[in-house]
Amino acid sequence: SLKARKHARNNPPEVEKLDESMKRLNVTPDVVLSKLEGMGYQVGLRLIERLLKDHQRFKDELEIMKYICTDLWKYIYDKQIDTLRTNNHGTYVFTDNTFKPLTFFSVEGVDQYYAAAARFITFPCGIIRGALSALGIRSAVSAKATTVTACVFEVIVERS
Amino acid sequence: MSSKGKAPLLDASKVNADLIKLTYGALVAQIVKDYERPEDVNKQLDKLGYNIGVRLVEDFIAHHNIPRCLDFRQTAERIQQAFRFYLGMQPSVGNWSPAGNEFSLTWEQTNPIGDFVEFPDHLRPLQYSRVLCGAIRGGCEMVQIDVTINIAREFLLADSATELRVKFNKRLEDALPVGED
Repeated sequence: SLKARKHARNNPPEVEKLDESMKRLNVTPDVVLSKLEGMGYQVGLRLIERLLKDHQRFKDELEIMKYICTDLWKYIYDKQIDTLRTNNHGTYVFTDNTFKPLTFFSVEGVDQYYAAAARFITFPCGIIRGALSALGIRSAVSAKATTVTACVFEVIVERS
Repeated sequence: MSSKGKAPLLDASKVNADLIKLTYGALVAQIVKDYERPEDVNKQLDKLGYNIGVRLVEDFIAHHNIPRCLDFRQTAERIQQAFRFYLGMQPSVGNWSPAGNEFSLTWEQTNPIGDFVEFPDHLRPLQYSRVLCGAIRGGCEMVQIDVTINIAREFLLADSATELRVKFNKRLEDALPVGED
C-alpha cells in the first residue's frame, strides 16, 4: 500500500471535491440541499410502503410519529430517536443525540462542521417528509445539527 | 451493506440494504432529471463509481492484510473479496478469456444494487450498474492496473444475471520524480 500511496501522490486521480463541482456547475448550496431533500422524499415514500405492508392501521397522528421515531429510525439508523416532543398542535420535535450520519465525517473547524452537517441531515428530512406523505400527512420538515453528532428535527404538519 | 433478513447493522459500519438500494435509485433518478440523455447519465454514474473506488481501495487495503497480487487471477479474487466486504453480495468469478486477461463478475438472478427498479422504454440505454464498473476501475487504477469494464448482462433488463466483464489493459508505470526510490 506504500506503493499505492506513492502512486496516488505522483498520479493524483481526477477526483473532484464537492465544492469544486458546485463551482464548475454553477450550483448554489441551496440547490444541492433541495435535490438531496427531494431524493430523501422518494426514499421515505417507498421505504414506508415496504415497511408497512402488513402493518395495522394507525390510530392517530401521534402514533404515526411514534412509529417513525422508533421502527423507521431503527430500520434506517439502527437506533431510535432519543426524544419526541409535541405541542399537540401539529408540531413535533425529534431529537437524536448521536445521529449516525454525523459521526462519520471530519472537517477542519466548527464552522465547516455545521456547513457539512447540513448536507447530511437534509436527506433524512426528506425521508421523514416522504414517509409522512405516504401516510397521508402533509408536512414541512427541517433539521438542525445542535452539537457535534446531535440533531434536532422539527416536523410541522400542514393542516388544510 | 447487510442483506435483508439477517440481523442488520450489528456494527456501526453496516447500512440497511433496502435503504442503500432505494437511495441509489433516487440518486439515479435525480441524475436522469439533471442530465436527461442516458449516455450522459452513464458517464456521471461511472465517474461517481470511480470516485468511490479511488477512496475505497485504501480502506480495503487497510482492513485486509493482503499481499501483492502476482497475476490477474489474484486481482480478480481481491475484487470478489471487496464486493463481499462492502456489498455483502459476492459475485462469482469466471468466464476467463484464453489469454487470461479478461474475466466476468456474475451475480446470478440478481443485481447487487438494483431492486424495485423499472426501466421506462426511452431509458433502456441507461446502465444502472455503471457505478460498479466505475468503482472497480477507480480501485484498480490506484493499484496501478488499468482495466476496462463492460456490462455484459443486466438482470434489470430481463437478463438472467448481472455480469460485468473486466478486461486488463496494462500496468500503469510510476512516473517517479528524480530523487525518489
